[in-house]
Amino acid sequence: MSSSIHINRDEEQTYGQSGRSQLKVFLGYAAGVGKTYRMLEEAQQLKRQGKDIAVGYFEPHGRKDTIAKAAGLELIPRRIVAYRGGTFQEMDTTAILSRRPATCVVDELAHTNLPGSERSKRWEDVQVLLDAGIDVMTSMNIQHLESLNDQVFQITGIRVRETVPDWFVKSATEVVMVDATTGALLNRLKRGNIYAAEKAQRAMENFFKESNLTALRELALRQTAHELELREIASASEERRPQQEPCGAPPSSPKATIDRILIYVCADASTAMLIRRGRRMADYLGADCFAVSVIPLRDHSRLPKQDRDAIAKHLNFARNLHVETRILEGDDAAETIVDFARSNQITQILLSRRNHSSWSRLFGTDLILRIVKEAKDIRVIIVSERRRSNYAPAHK
Amino acid sequence: MVNDSSQRPSPEQLLAQIQLEERRERRGKLKVFLGYAAGIGKSFQMLDEGRRRRERGEDVVVCATQPQYPAEIQAILPRLEVIPALKTGESESIDVPAVIRRHPQVALIDGLAYDNPTGSPNAYRWRDVEQLLEAGISVITTVNLQYLEKLRDEVERITGKRAPYSIPRGFLDSSADEIVVVDAPAIESLLHGATPADRAARLAEQHKLSRLRELALLVAASVVDHQLESYLRSHGVDQPWGVQERILVCVTPRSNAAEMLESGRRNADRFQGEFYVAYVQQPALSQEDRAILQQNLDYARKLGAQVEILSGLDAVDALLKFAHQKGITQIFIGHSMREGGWRRLWSNQVDRLIHSAEGIDVVVYPH
Repeated sequence: MSSSIHINRDEEQTYGQSGRSQLKVFLGYAAGVGKTYRMLEEAQQLKRQGKDIAVGYFEPHGRKDTIAKAAGLELIPRRIVAYRGGTFQEMDTTAILSRRPATCVVDELAHTNLPGSERSKRWEDVQVLLDAGIDVMTSMNIQHLESLNDQVFQITGIRVRETVPDWFVKSATEVVMVDATTGALLNRLKRGNIYAAEKAQRAMENFFKESNLTALRELALRQTAHELELREIASASEERRPQQEPCGAPPSSPKATIDRILIYVCADASTAMLIRRGRRMADYLGADCFAVSVIPLRDHSRLPKQDRDAIAKHLNFARNLHVETRILEGDDAAETIVDFARSNQITQILLSRRNHSSWSRLFGTDLILRIVKEAKDIRVIIVSERRRSNYAPAHK
Repeated sequence: MVNDSSQRPSPEQLLAQIQLEERRERRGKLKVFLGYAAGIGKSFQMLDEGRRRRERGEDVVVCATQPQYPAEIQAILPRLEVIPALKTGESESIDVPAVIRRHPQVALIDGLAYDNPTGSPNAYRWRDVEQLLEAGISVITTVNLQYLEKLRDEVERITGKRAPYSIPRGFLDSSADEIVVVDAPAIESLLHGATPADRAARLAEQHKLSRLRELALLVAASVVDHQLESYLRSHGVDQPWGVQERILVCVTPRSNAAEMLESGRRNADRFQGEFYVAYVQQPALSQEDRAILQQNLDYARKLGAQVEILSGLDAVDALLKFAHQKGITQIFIGHSMREGGWRRLWSNQVDRLIHSAEGIDVVVYPH
């Protein structure tokens, strides 16, 4: 009835420590909350304790307090890059590697390097430092986390392009929230501590709206709690603690059954959102996670080319988020999905509300309802794109 | 910006709002640095903010300090004016009259949760703070999670210990204008306390601290969520819009309620979200169905759900109307177990709900 083509199984996922080096991420919810300041403060403390620490990259943005915090720390000179008639500065990863400090401070983790750089993203440079045994302290904002891309778009109306994959942040030893009230942040902005006057005005009309900032702040707080929980789950399963019952504390989440999540991949653009949601759920539950698509039996070309391309793109995205992918063949998508779910002990099926591709419409039946009917013994979650309410910024 | 005229407040509401605002304007502002343990950096962040404010020209004074400070804090203190605390034997209390005479713009008070020595005019430090705020002095202070009355039970569940004193529920909710969470890894703050010798005990301690840390973050998140809501409401936006999860479990006499309810509770807890349970009244329930329904609703209440009995000719319309009012983000619904006509009817309802619940996740539970 349906056959499974096994493609590109992820290489063994190596979450957790990369080597022995430690990665500490300072997470904020907007420019100006004090991430760099806090990071440099900690660097100063380490230096006072006699630790070998150097700054690989930091972005002073002309902020007086931040610059003062860097005083006395060793700065590794940046690389000067010529690009399109201008000169720019980038972090000099090679220089850091040859200096080889015990700990290196790297600001702005989500930064995209100039074209022609050895690696395209700063987080990839950080990975190189970690692999070389250097501990790294770094900073990023919540809107740069890949899996929250949709939510941030819903809140702010802005599609953030520079993202850091969740698995990378998850590999950090620690994620620490750098909090500030939105009031304080807006004051800093007005005083010109964050951006120059003209840019500040524009910022306040767009991203720095009070409602945006408040929602992002909440998101960052919840994400930090989430990261903490992930680490607790990981360490609990690592330790397999002997039954300790400390002072009436409830036992840490006994997991009777292992959850297995199926994400249904179709051509619709909402699939990217579905994959992100599935990934987050799997992280919470410590569950296995599959992204599965169905193509017509035998004659694949019955599926229009643009649909096939979209599906391939989504599957690739899933693999980037370390979700295992499968392509199934079958002429009845609902039946194929449910068969696969049964034989793979899937406990939850994730579908997007918008799951129609031109091909599946051929059946004339609603795929969601058919799956719900067929999969009586499996939890089915129909995921909506969370709408922004009628309160929306005037323009993006 | 959208301004829906039907959301316009009544004159009485406006008056109350104005009075509250006037009172707020005369009063000083209260800002609280909230942490989950001693030694995670609350004092530093508060005093460092005081220093920055002073250097910007604000009139800032320190009114209460902790007995011992690390080097980085000792470097800040000389750059701040201190009004010495009153000493009674071992314990210290804020010299409230002296602070009011000096009348700075901002008073820094390190440690909000203290009892004053017996015989002091105010029994608790938070009452001193109240007095300063009333006098028009703004206060920045620090507090640990376990001293908030609101969280005492939850903290006790984690640590097995109950804090000796507490800040009453009403104080922070009505007085605090701003809360900032001070976050740091549990491992660093561990070093400050007595470190247990064996590894298992140390891990258990660290686990407890991590759970307290998570609680602090989630508590701050829900404070922020309320701020967002009231901001939006004051701008004429009624629809909840934050990132908080709001879960609605639909029960029927026949649904597999227990699993859905428990899962709803767990989900709501995890996100410090809200948890609703709704039943849409149906005509002519059998004796048996009524009993099961009652059981389900009792269980929902026991799990702390806000239970709503809805009525309406059309169950799906009633549920969706309620869901939109409350800004529900996830609806849990069960497959029906009963065979026959009623079952067909119910699966029709499930289908329609799935179709119409635009913007809401629908979770269909198996039985």
